[in-house]
Amino acid sequence: MSPPAADRVRRLVESLEGVLGKRWVFHRDEERLAYSYDASLARARPDVVCLPGSTAEVAAAVRAAVREGLPFVARGAGTGIAGGSVPVAGGLVIGLARLNRILEIDLADRYAVVEPGVVNLTLDQALGQQGYCYRPDPSSQKVCTLGGNVANNSGGPHCLAYGVTANHILGVEVVLPDGSVTELGARHVDPLGYDLTGVFVGSEGTMGIATKVVCRIARSAEGVRTMLASYARMEDAAASVSAIIAAGIVPAALEMMDGPIIRAVEEFIGAGYPVDAAAVLLIEVEGLSEGLDGAVRSIESLCKARGARQVRVAGSEAERQRLWAGRKGALGAVARLKPRYYLHDGVVPRTRLLSVLQAIADAAARHRLTIVNVFHAGDGNLHPLILFDPADADETHRVHVAGEEIMRACVASGGTLSGEHGIGLEKNDMMDWVYSPEDLEAMQRVRSAFDPEGLANPQKVFPARRGCAELRADGHGGRPAGEMWI
Amino acid sequence: MAYPDFTPARDCVSCGLCLPHCPTYRERPFEMASPRGRIQLIKGLATGELTGYEALDEHLSLCLACRACESACPSAVKFGSLIESARAVLNDRLAPSWGRRLGAFFMRHVFPHQRRLAAVAALMRAYQASGLQRLFRETPLRGCFPERIVELESMMPEMSPLGEMPAPRGELEPYGVERGRVGFLTGCVMQLAMASTNAASMDVLRFNGLRVVLPREQRCCGALHLHNGFIPEARALARANIAAFEEAGVDWIVTNQAGCGSTLKEYGKLLDDEPDWAGRAEAFRGRVRDINELLVELGLRPPSGRLALRAVYDDPCHLVHGQKIKAQPRQLLRAIPGLELAEAREADWCCGSAGIYNVTHTEMSLAILQRKMDDLLSTRPDVIVTSNPGCAFQLRYGARRAGHAVQVVHVMDLLARSYRGEGAGLDRSATKGEPS
Ligand SMILES: Cc1cc2nc3c(=O)[nH]c(=O)nc-3n(C[C@H](O)[C@H](O)[C@H](O)COP(=O)(O)OP(=O)(O)OC[C@H]3O[C@@H](n4cnc5c(N)ncnc54)[C@H](O)[C@@H]3O)c2cc1C
Ligand code: SF4
Ligand code: SF4
Repeated sequence: MSPPAADRVRRLVESLEGVLGKRWVFHRDEERLAYSYDASLARARPDVVCLPGSTAEVAAAVRAAVREGLPFVARGAGTGIAGGSVPVAGGLVIGLARLNRILEIDLADRYAVVEPGVVNLTLDQALGQQGYCYRPDPSSQKVCTLGGNVANNSGGPHCLAYGVTANHILGVEVVLPDGSVTELGARHVDPLGYDLTGVFVGSEGTMGIATKVVCRIARSAEGVRTMLASYARMEDAAASVSAIIAAGIVPAALEMMDGPIIRAVEEFIGAGYPVDAAAVLLIEVEGLSEGLDGAVRSIESLCKARGARQVRVAGSEAERQRLWAGRKGALGAVARLKPRYYLHDGVVPRTRLLSVLQAIADAAARHRLTIVNVFHAGDGNLHPLILFDPADADETHRVHVAGEEIMRACVASGGTLSGEHGIGLEKNDMMDWVYSPEDLEAMQRVRSAFDPEGLANPQKVFPARRGCAELRADGHGGRPAGEMWI
Repeated sequence: MAYPDFTPARDCVSCGLCLPHCPTYRERPFEMASPRGRIQLIKGLATGELTGYEALDEHLSLCLACRACESACPSAVKFGSLIESARAVLNDRLAPSWGRRLGAFFMRHVFPHQRRLAAVAALMRAYQASGLQRLFRETPLRGCFPERIVELESMMPEMSPLGEMPAPRGELEPYGVERGRVGFLTGCVMQLAMASTNAASMDVLRFNGLRVVLPREQRCCGALHLHNGFIPEARALARANIAAFEEAGVDWIVTNQAGCGSTLKEYGKLLDDEPDWAGRAEAFRGRVRDINELLVELGLRPPSGRLALRAVYDDPCHLVHGQKIKAQPRQLLRAIPGLELAEAREADWCCGSAGIYNVTHTEMSLAILQRKMDDLLSTRPDVIVTSNPGCAFQLRYGARRAGHAVQVVHVMDLLARSYRGEGAGLDRSATKGEPS
């Protein structure tokens, strides 16, 4: 670091310590390293880390960084898998873990106001005691924060029926990159004027830091039914997905797993999936108890008509949990097939599911790779997992080539780059596959309106042309198991 | 090389799923106090990327080594051996301070020698039995001492009567038809501070048709040494114990102490690079059982004495996370006629005792203990049951601090009472945690 930069960092530390106290400001090497990662493969150390305890302290921290011309990066729980909270340009990491209070729950008006560090599941459990819930349920929900969910516009298996995070955020209090505090949205649906909440949700920390989030809450479903349909042919499973949606039924969740995953899951978890199937669909419907039987029957006959060999309805809560355990444990089971996997998050129109799955299979054959599929079929959000051994350099190279081909196939089918994991660092260089230079320019202008200096989480979302091959060289993940799923 | 072994760090994919299970992260929500952060720091130490040993020690020593993160980790990262390895390396690199010298002195020269340890315990007992302790606790005298001394004094566990301190040796006949021979580890601290629990445990084994063998040459198991990075000392103790129990010719080696059990089960790994010992250590490891585990494995002979009590069981970390033993102690307790078993919400969270952690990190330990007591007491128990001496001392201290009359006992204390037909035997007005 050049001396002037060192001076700026020193001054930043001093002013942060003045506001937050020494206890919540970290800058030793060890501490910087402990804030150099998230759940992706990206790594970069910040110069300073601070953990503010109030909106005013967040604002003061932002002002202190900007005054020194240093970038700042918001961090929730660091479970992002696109490198969003990794400070690639150094500067200040502002951790929001201390802002973890649920401030208000209004059942009558159906909203909750929380601080950004509240963990998704904590809110859902607090609501659950009163018969309510918060719908978006990323699989990382016991760890990830609502602030991170807002920034990444996160989804989850039950977002098929209820929509992703954006559909459940009524408003946010934001510390803007100039250190001022503003409120976007309101406590009720559809406020007057521009939908700036909508602009902020999904902005991945590049438009400021959310310090309060107004979440929409809902009554918990009265009843739930879960079933497993198994198929001898992948195309029949894909056809069933389209048929269910075309019939106007909106399941709460509609997940697909292919043959290799089914066998891996059975071997390690024993969820009761038929091991000779080419694909299974895990389908869940929720709602008023009376309506559910009818929905189950229609889904059953739709699946059978498309060639399902068997449709099994969970007879007890324990059996339902076991069916889900198979889905939730899928990633862990896969990790035992090969040491590493590289995961993509492409989205395709439901009607094109089959042709894209075929393109994935072709890419696997062409590059002599094993690619397995477990994904949110209902909304066309694929998660192809390319398995490999990092010790094999040639194979590792083929993984990247195949990965790019798969993403191109998704985009060519009319789909897009990411269903729920965000763009961050992992996919920013692919943005121009989807958007024209004019589109990107327009987005850049929106961002600049919020962050003219470009100090809020720089180098994210937009193509950086930095060649982050080294970040990806290792493939995603090591040997996750059990609960680790996507 | 068995230790230090940093290879498990490679399995961590930094997903963060362990974060909400870590007691220290719950108190201090920053990465360095989380399992994921610690693993990254340990990686930095292993690769030489980080050399701020004091800072590393500061952050890594805050870890309880409770291994809750291991139970939560989908990638099955072996955190326990990572933190032990890191401590071993840091012990070598850190500049010696007075505190560290004192710790090392105890590890090297007191704990491995039962007689020296007994002498320390006898002094403590004398202090407690002579009325000096009452004088200190109940008169203005304590005002004359620094706060820290008063605090440490209040944590001191109740010692066993002097007459019970010498560990029994030899063989004890089973009651009824013999089902096997068990070697029993009397332990160091256990015998000195919970001698009656050792007696109860041996009785329970005998009621279950087991011949109890007590090898004379058995030593401290080395858990404290291993957890704090004193690897050569731990190895020496392991070799001594293997030899002692081999000599005894037993079917199983049994312990009623969770911490010792998990260390005994690690002897295989501890000695796997010593050709003369690797095979013997592995064979030894295969015979080690926690006492709850063995009784369930063999099939408990049902006790018949009624104990009309409401009990709550608190999982020792080294049983639930270290050995994945969770159901067995509960199963045994449910077998006691009349006993009603309550379930605490956070039974598998650490109580903050963690070896000598309560002495080295008192503030954090107390914060964790406070949550623990609130959780356990909310079930309105007559008795709190655990299966490890360190946890029992800590929970008794927690009850004393809370001014609560609840008793803290070992699973075997209750089982023995039921076998012996002694009844509940609890004086509910007593505030001292000793089982009657
Ligand atoms: C095992 C596993 C399963 C997962 N499953 C899913 C899934 O099913 N669906 C899904 O969508 N994602 C999933 N994810 C990804 C991840 O959990 C989500 O993206 C989550 O929303 C990130 O939240 P976080 O609190 O960890 O945020 P972080 O990772 O800390 O940050 C993510 C981004 O948000 C920004 N940010 C954080 N807080 C704020 C704030 N208060 N204001 C402004 N910006 C902020 C950061 O700068 C960064 O750009 C999974 C991850 C893992 C490890
Ligand atoms: S220790 Fe396990 S749970 Fe924790 S971050 Fe690493 S892989 Fe994830
Ligand atoms: S051992 Fe316990 S205290 Fe240490 S990191 Fe794991 S969960 Fe946290």
